[in-house]
Amino acid sequence: MYYRTLFPRDLFAEFDRLQHEMRQSFDPNPNIRGLTRGFPALNVGGTSKAVDIYAFAPGIDPATLDVQLVKGMLTIAGERKAEPLPEKAARHIEERFSGRFQRVVSLPDDVDPNAIEARYRDGVLHVSIQRKQESQARRITIQ
Amino acid sequence: MSENTPVAKPEENKHNEAALLPPTDVIEDAGGITLYADLPGVPKDKLHLQVEADTLTIEGEVSLDLPEGMESSHAEVGLPGYRRMFTLSRELDAGKVNAEFKHGVLKLRIPKLEHAQPRRIEIQVG
Repeated sequence: MYYRTLFPRDLFAEFDRLQHEMRQSFDPNPNIRGLTRGFPALNVGGTSKAVDIYAFAPGIDPATLDVQLVKGMLTIAGERKAEPLPEKAARHIEERFSGRFQRVVSLPDDVDPNAIEARYRDGVLHVSIQRKQESQARRITIQ
Repeated sequence: MSENTPVAKPEENKHNEAALLPPTDVIEDAGGITLYADLPGVPKDKLHLQVEADTLTIEGEVSLDLPEGMESSHAEVGLPGYRRMFTLSRELDAGKVNAEFKHGVLKLRIPKLEHAQPRRIEIQVG
């Protein structure tokens, strides 16, 4: 399964896709979920206190988004319906993703599954998961 | 384009900056064209729409609430903005464009000029 890239005709994305496809065709053990890119596009980052995941999922009712954290795997799933085509209308360009989607991110071991926060703003889902207190960096005083 | 198009404008420099191409759907019916574009991460005040001569420009700046000191470990959206241009055809009424922007999806309705509305042409059989 491979979704169209979120940014078609972006030259670098296309190179990236080519590279992925080439790697995939030579890789005897591909990822069971197919190529790692798709909809929604993901950005992941972190600070010493939390891990932040940004899912670029425009045009979705946040109430229908399904976000789950199971055994250190964060799953973001949902559905985006295609815009209805009025009668006697023609589609000239069709690039936007529609259909069901699911993306999975494996999280570092030190996150606290009880301290998770998710917000949807301007079509981006931001999931922030706090790291466990004991794993946060502490300055050690030298006696 | 007409020959009196300005050669260069100061803001034209930013057109050279790399930007993402927003995925777009374009649907045409008898009354006009409806365009949908995905611009996730763009707040309403950072979306810029412009029609100049026959060129429609859609531009948006991505603004995410990033925590201070965040280090990116994986980025599929690697540029801070979107830009895309379309050439409009003559029968479209660029003065009556209607725009809606919700949850990162832009919906533009560009009606056809009154006289460009379809007329059924009778075929004479002689």
